[in-house]
Amino acid sequence: MTPNGGTNEPAGVEDVLRTEHISMSFGPVIALRSVNLHLRRGEVLGLVGDNGAGKSTLVKILTGLHRPDGGRIYLEGEEVKFRSVRDARQHGIETVFQNLALVGELSVYHNLFLNREYTRGGWFRFLGNRVMRAAARQFLDEIGVNIPSVDTPVAELSGGQRQAIAVARAVRQENIKVLLLDEPLAAMGAKETSLIIGLINSLSKKANVSIIVIDHNYTHLFEICDRINVIQHGQVTVDKSLSEIKLEELIEFMVQTFRGSGKTLVD
Amino acid sequence: MSSDTPALPVVKRRIPASVMRRFIGQHLTEVVSSLVAVALAIFFTIESPNFFTSANALVLSQFIAPFAIFALAEVPVLILGEIDLSVGQMYIVSPFFVTYWNHAGVPVLASVVLALLVCCGLGLINGLVSVSLRVPSFIATLGMAFALRGIILIYSHGAPTNPIGSGTLVNILGGWPWSEAFWALGIAAVMHVMLRGTTFGLHIVAVGGNTESARESGIRVDYIKIWCFVLCALLGGLMGIVDGYHLGSLDPATDGLTFMFYGVTSAVIGGTALTGGRGTMVGACIGACVLGMIKNGFLILGTSSFALDLVTGLTILVAMILNVQIELATSKRGSRGSFGQVVSVIFTIFVQRRKGRVRS
Repeated sequence: MTPNGGTNEPAGVEDVLRTEHISMSFGPVIALRSVNLHLRRGEVLGLVGDNGAGKSTLVKILTGLHRPDGGRIYLEGEEVKFRSVRDARQHGIETVFQNLALVGELSVYHNLFLNREYTRGGWFRFLGNRVMRAAARQFLDEIGVNIPSVDTPVAELSGGQRQAIAVARAVRQENIKVLLLDEPLAAMGAKETSLIIGLINSLSKKANVSIIVIDHNYTHLFEICDRINVIQHGQVTVDKSLSEIKLEELIEFMVQTFRGSGKTLVD
Repeated sequence: MSSDTPALPVVKRRIPASVMRRFIGQHLTEVVSSLVAVALAIFFTIESPNFFTSANALVLSQFIAPFAIFALAEVPVLILGEIDLSVGQMYIVSPFFVTYWNHAGVPVLASVVLALLVCCGLGLINGLVSVSLRVPSFIATLGMAFALRGIILIYSHGAPTNPIGSGTLVNILGGWPWSEAFWALGIAAVMHVMLRGTTFGLHIVAVGGNTESARESGIRVDYIKIWCFVLCALLGGLMGIVDGYHLGSLDPATDGLTFMFYGVTSAVIGGTALTGGRGTMVGACIGACVLGMIKNGFLILGTSSFALDLVTGLTILVAMILNVQIELATSKRGSRGSFGQVVSVIFTIFVQRRKGRVRS
């Protein structure tokens, strides 16, 4: 950052997360061409785009699961390179994946603590199951997730309960700065949907966590987001805050581009 | 935090019955297998006065221990959804490594340690070939098994020899009649704690249950897999040395694949899923007990050695059919097998009749 208050980079100063020209290909398939996006502190950003537009690839890059072919990622103004999921987590980036990243065979509390287990015994890393079980139960009660028992294997839970567990696992972290939600509301009942929406809203307002949400349900997005970005063919083509765009306009735009009429939102 | 608000009284102390039900529900295969083991024990005790004796207990332990150790070695690999076909050949080869190092002038104990390290190295190769070079573990370890067999036949010219050394060390390693049983129990205890009580064990189940989820959770999947192959080879090698000292002679032409399959069979009888994600060390030991008793029991009954394989095969089949079908019949998820349907229909009729009687 420059000494004179960063006046020469007006868009970037208060951004928690910023990407510049992120590109990635899988063999001959170009998933991301050049993604530039920014995320302000405490903001909820909605990402929309067709299937295969590159949303999930972007999420996997920001999580440290994929390494981009080119481009830069800035976290709180500093350039970061995530070498692994653990690395991204240490920087305060948490993710709820589309497939939820839960292991059905393991209990609820083991899933909540997966790869961040409470351990004793130094090098041997013995599991502190009692501590984890109690902490899991307390945390789930606190945020209002209703699970019969934290000992239940996740495979026996309903789709909505699983989703709630996946979200709970991400928001449980204390150093969380950015939360990535890849279709968090798919397969949710009305009750769980409002629970998750409430959770997202309270996180962004109270805890000052910045959130990126991917969802195909634009009604949900307009309920929770401050700003919407549209990704098409591996690029951000539209960046509008909610005051600048109406739900009907967005739907119309997406339908038009789907039909291939080439209409743009910028009149 | 609102922990002092009435949140705490809501968390009821669960009654032991529900804990018990959950335990049986999650470990049904193990429970059924132990019932099969008890049934076999009763059957052989009734059929022969020589089965339930202290003399036979020793013999039985020597049948069960090798099966158990092979099963314990395979369980982590099987939970990962992989298989190690070379563990049996590792068992044949490792005492020859001891001989090799000893001939090179290394003391016996150091030779044993070196031999085990070589086994770990071979396990590492198994892991690297299947994980880094992406050869399916079935083929990678099968190749290793044949290669090891070749190496040892070339080295020994196909001639049996005697294991090196004598005295206390050899007695501990396998010379004392009960030492195999103690090795098996010790390894079982360590492996059980490893699988159920450490992050490594938890991550094995996570990778086996859902590899993609494990990777997305930041678990180093490749690292876990490679270590399991190393562990499997190490236990196979250790078993080879123990059994070598126990038998007192080493035959390079022994077929290791058969031993490996006894291990895999024990593990599967004890509830380990060949598709990965599920398995316990206790179950592996129970499976080994079932298999050991079948072998030992039918020998005592005087079954001819030709018929023994037939009987063993059929018993394994019956035990597994029972196991799978009972699990299908009682599990809430998944479809029911045909046998399970019959069982559940009979069960329903039985329950309805009893209800009818209570009403009238």
